[in-house]
Amino acid sequence: MVSDPVPGGDIIAVRDLVKTFSGPMGTVPALKGISFVVRPGTVTGLIGPDGAGKTTLMRILSGLILRDSGSVSIMGHDPGNDPLSVQRSLGYMPQKFGLYEDLTVEENLDFHSDLHGVPSSGRKGLYEPLLSMTGLGPFVGRLAGKLSGGMKQKMGIACSLLHKPPLLLLDEPTVGVDPVSRRELWEILHSLVRESGSTLFISTAYLDEAERCDDILILHEGGILGSGSPGSFRSEVQGHAFELIEGSGRPSRALDPVISALPGVIDTVLAGGHLRIVMEGAAPPRVPESSGGFRFQPVPPRFEDALMTRLWHSRKDLEQGRATRLPWVAGKRIQGGKGEQAIRVEHLTRDFGSFRAVNDLSFEVGHGEVFGLLGANGAGKTTTFRMLAGLLPPTGGSLMVAGEDVRKFPAKARQNIGYMAQKFSLYGQLTVYQNLRFYSSAYGISGKAQTDRIQEVLKFFGLTPYRDISAGLLPLGFRQRLALAASLMHTPAILLLDEPTSGVDPNARRAFWRIINGLVMDGVSVLVTTHFMEEAEYCDRLAIMADGGLLALGSPSEIKAQAKTEDLPAPTLEDAFVTLLSRAAVPSGLPA
Amino acid sequence: MKQALIRILELARKEFLALLRDKKSRTVLIVPPLIQLFVFSYAATFDLNHISYAVWNEDTGIYSRQLLARFSGSPNFRLVARVTHREEVAPLIDNRKVLLVLHLRNDFSRSILMGSPARVQALLDGRQSNTAMILLGYVQSIVSGFNDEIAVTRSVTPPIASIDLRAWYNPNLKSRWFIVPGIVGLLTLLISLLVTALSVAREREEGTFDQLMVTPLTPFQILMGKILPGFVIGIGEATLIILAATLLFHVPLRGPLDALYLGLFLFILSGLGVGLMISALVSTQQQGLLGAFLFLVPAIILSGFATPIANMPPVIQDLTLLDPLRYFLVVLRQIFLRGAGITLLWPEYLALLLIGVASLLIAGAFFKKRLG
Amino acid sequence: MNGFRGWGIPPSVVRIRALVRKETLQIIRDPSSLAIAFLLPFVLLLIFGYGVSLDARHVPVAIVQDIRSPDSEGFAASLRNSPWFLPVPYSDIHSAVEAMKRQDVSGILWFREDFGRELHSFRDSPVHIVVDGVDDNTARLVMGYLTNVWQVWISHRNERGRDLSVFPVTLGARIWFNPDNRSRDFLVPGLIAVIMTLIGALLTALVVAREWERGTMESLFVTPATMGEILLGKFIPYFGLGMGGMALSVTMGHFLFDVPLRGSLLVLGVTSGFFLSAALGMGLLISTVAKNQFVAGQIAIVFTFLPAFILSGFIFDIHSMPTVIRGITHIIPASYFVTILQSVFLAGNIPGVIIPNSIALILFSVFLFAVIHRISRKRIE
Repeated sequence: MVSDPVPGGDIIAVRDLVKTFSGPMGTVPALKGISFVVRPGTVTGLIGPDGAGKTTLMRILSGLILRDSGSVSIMGHDPGNDPLSVQRSLGYMPQKFGLYEDLTVEENLDFHSDLHGVPSSGRKGLYEPLLSMTGLGPFVGRLAGKLSGGMKQKMGIACSLLHKPPLLLLDEPTVGVDPVSRRELWEILHSLVRESGSTLFISTAYLDEAERCDDILILHEGGILGSGSPGSFRSEVQGHAFELIEGSGRPSRALDPVISALPGVIDTVLAGGHLRIVMEGAAPPRVPESSGGFRFQPVPPRFEDALMTRLWHSRKDLEQGRATRLPWVAGKRIQGGKGEQAIRVEHLTRDFGSFRAVNDLSFEVGHGEVFGLLGANGAGKTTTFRMLAGLLPPTGGSLMVAGEDVRKFPAKARQNIGYMAQKFSLYGQLTVYQNLRFYSSAYGISGKAQTDRIQEVLKFFGLTPYRDISAGLLPLGFRQRLALAASLMHTPAILLLDEPTSGVDPNARRAFWRIINGLVMDGVSVLVTTHFMEEAEYCDRLAIMADGGLLALGSPSEIKAQAKTEDLPAPTLEDAFVTLLSRAAVPSGLPA
Repeated sequence: MKQALIRILELARKEFLALLRDKKSRTVLIVPPLIQLFVFSYAATFDLNHISYAVWNEDTGIYSRQLLARFSGSPNFRLVARVTHREEVAPLIDNRKVLLVLHLRNDFSRSILMGSPARVQALLDGRQSNTAMILLGYVQSIVSGFNDEIAVTRSVTPPIASIDLRAWYNPNLKSRWFIVPGIVGLLTLLISLLVTALSVAREREEGTFDQLMVTPLTPFQILMGKILPGFVIGIGEATLIILAATLLFHVPLRGPLDALYLGLFLFILSGLGVGLMISALVSTQQQGLLGAFLFLVPAIILSGFATPIANMPPVIQDLTLLDPLRYFLVVLRQIFLRGAGITLLWPEYLALLLIGVASLLIAGAFFKKRLG
Repeated sequence: MNGFRGWGIPPSVVRIRALVRKETLQIIRDPSSLAIAFLLPFVLLLIFGYGVSLDARHVPVAIVQDIRSPDSEGFAASLRNSPWFLPVPYSDIHSAVEAMKRQDVSGILWFREDFGRELHSFRDSPVHIVVDGVDDNTARLVMGYLTNVWQVWISHRNERGRDLSVFPVTLGARIWFNPDNRSRDFLVPGLIAVIMTLIGALLTALVVAREWERGTMESLFVTPATMGEILLGKFIPYFGLGMGGMALSVTMGHFLFDVPLRGSLLVLGVTSGFFLSAALGMGLLISTVAKNQFVAGQIAIVFTFLPAFILSGFIFDIHSMPTVIRGITHIIPASYFVTILQSVFLAGNIPGVIIPNSIALILFSVFLFAVIHRISRKRIE
């Protein structure tokens, strides 16, 4: 029997929940005795980096895995003992939602309706609002496999809503979804809570999504680092956030390591060319007189500031004081190939059959510049990126990288390029050392130079303790470092990065970008594709792509300025992105 | 040049480590070949050992007893029933209780004494037609042995001069001598296919292929790097199987080792070429496995591994000319059992070389096409 | 039941129906499932039907006559008339041996100088026959055929020459069910068992593993569908597909390869159903253990396909195997099914074969599903 949730009580109650997994590196605690409650009718966000234990928690709540100890109650039922009772009244959307790709949208809906015992008579009336809310109406006859990533996620939500569950668990519904679709997803979820009074429990790795929740639960390394409303988190750090507006004429990139080393500084991060600083107290950092004139200006705090502060208090041993300049690069001026520009793209076109993925694209990346390539899913970013790396030949136009024509890219010319894919793409079975050895010799480093370089890399990236561990078993942050290390060993003049830090915890992301910034100051040029706004903020210039062409080009502040309206006097980068795209009236979510 | 060589060696080293450090691919390379070696070697045999038979003896004389004693005394035959009526025969054969019923009429001994032909009737279950034929041969040889004995004891001249029958190379006609050298070829093909057919797909699935393509390594170096471990693993495992064949299964190895290893080398080359061709066409390991399987099954069946190519229809015989295993099986059996050397085998070597080079060239072309 | 307003059919049936419909749509839309179910059997049957034959025909045999005599000529002529041999004359024994080394001939028939004279002496053999023993099976057949031709020829000769001496004992043989001894007639029924193993175990293991890989299993698990319903939802469509593959194979075997079907279609259908249940049980069991397609495919090939191929009695007779291996064949469902198939096709509905083997297959299915029921939980650990 399905019992109604206890009126006024907690819809989810978790106490001292412990779960450990035994893996190849011994027993790993996934959840270290966590307790929390979720109030009915709220949107509660479970926030944490990859590997924090979010999915484990979600699966325990839905009865898919058993806990080691502690108690869990979902609407009065224990998912461990009585999973079917929980599952009857639960909507659950796993991270990789299982849509049947060979079935049409309607067939998927019918299938889930049947499984949940939704009577066939009222289905039309049930589907209509769901389809119009998700914008799937025109595509009921389309195979689910032919939908775009964002559409699939919406479709997954629609399927989990069919039986009107009082509680909906969503595991990272926005991962891999572009900002426009993400925004739409959140609107769907909010309207759902408004209309049906459902309770939503959502996990995410994107910190900026925290602000959209009623309550937040921060999961960090299997423990709860904090909980409360976004406002309560922000108020903790009210007055602690500053922005550097004048720094003796030196670029923010160069000042970042200087300022982050000052006492009382918890966090520094580049945001659209400016340096954003979070302090332990309510006063700006004190810069020694000798360094020249620095001016700071208070800025409104963000959720992320509070998170960084809590992290800083919880572990003091952070990446503080670690060198950020590669020892074999620092100081040397890197000559980025022959051309005047690091990358020059002119009238670039790429067709797949009759479909034009990239259409007459032109832009340039200067030496020592960080250039970001943004766009909705299917806008042509990945295609462009692969062409730049020489993995895909262009159909038309010219493409010069480091002064060489990519069309007839001699293998030798790839010596100038470092490439890091979004997905970890080193050999998981090989140890850290074996990977580094292989990639250094692939770039022609051999003999003593090789041994020395590998030693330096292991030390610099803090990988020495993991030297003989299979790369596939490394924690995510270390895998990221190893991938970067492998792409940097040959000191490339141009770095191509594809969403290098998505899902990585905020500290690791900062450490990663400090290294990149150091390289940029030595003359390395960087091209990043991302739909992750935190990464876009690190760029000097951005290109926003839509429908295979260029929609906007400029520095982050220029882009923001373009989107400024009366309703939105100070748009964030994401606001700007969404506004520009909707102005161009790109039908969102559909592959063109 | 030296630089290129170092890169190829490093690629091969990486390939090796990737194969051997991964539990999944290690299992794929080691477990199925071992299981097949043992199962095939023990199970794949045409020698009959446990022939269950029944006797319907209506004769009471001494000769019928003497003849039947030859059957019951043979280690290959096992008497399970004695029949007294015609009606009992059919159920025994129908229900697979026996493979053979021997029928001796009541005038059997009398006929022998009178010098007129005595007849023994053998009824055989033909559902396994091959078994039936082999069994008939066994029965025949027992009967002719008995004929000789009668001729000697009764000093009559038989109507027929006996034939001097000999089987060369495999005098006792042991199936194992035929099957086990074939297994060397079969497993070597399996291994060299698996090493290559899955390796590119695995790199694609794990994203390392892109990472590889952005390095200054040339496609030629990458291909060489993939082939080298195939050779080492293929020759290594083949050596193990050859050792097992000679030491464990006592198959004679009469020919020179240089001829054997030259053939092995050329055969692995062609196996790797086909494997690379498959891997250039597929994008996941599962498809790679399916592709290897789809090549392997016809390649084995049409190679003459279990059934002679000469028995196939002409069109299919022509088709077998494309099968590298066909040539290698000739090489193996010639060397193992006939003691042939290099000079006798050059047409096979040439065919293997041709298939190897052609498949590698096609694989290279497929790669080029896929990459751009 | 709880709150299924105005609902005539029990919800469990609705869920199973939905699962079956979903699976069927997937099968129809996924070309690789259809390929494994229909294209692969088709190709395998063609290759086996045409390519595999243990019946030697026109075997080249070298004939060496040291001295030509009417007797030796006569024997060579009778060889020429036999469908089994292709006599090739060689001038001396050395060139014939060379030819056999080159594998140009499979045997040598050597009439020695004193052939005519010693034809009647018992102790010396005027005829030497050497066969290439490398392929033992062919060698045995060649030996048997040669002896046979020799005996027939000499009997005729003696009759003509009014030589009244006869063999003390002659052997008369009757081969039941397959008097022409066509190996195709026993290979094709065996192949059907292999093909159904392929569909039942390999395909099913792969599709369930695919649900794990694509994450659809996790979504299924949080619905009210029970494990039993999910398993039935897989079982029913693949049972249908397997029977389809079976029907295709039987039709091809009967009409293309002229394999007789002496038993009834009903018995064939029912026993195939028993075997398919066991094969599906193996496939589902494999997929509950191995949750990715790669491993599931490996296990299915090594533990179901290969045994069905080698240990089922399909090519290699179980009677020939060592005791230990014969013991192993008892735990291979395909070996029971091959026995049934060979009887139903070649002999007819023989209760003594069909009933015990069917019981074995039913026991297998029950056992496998009991194990699956015990070990599969709606959990993803």
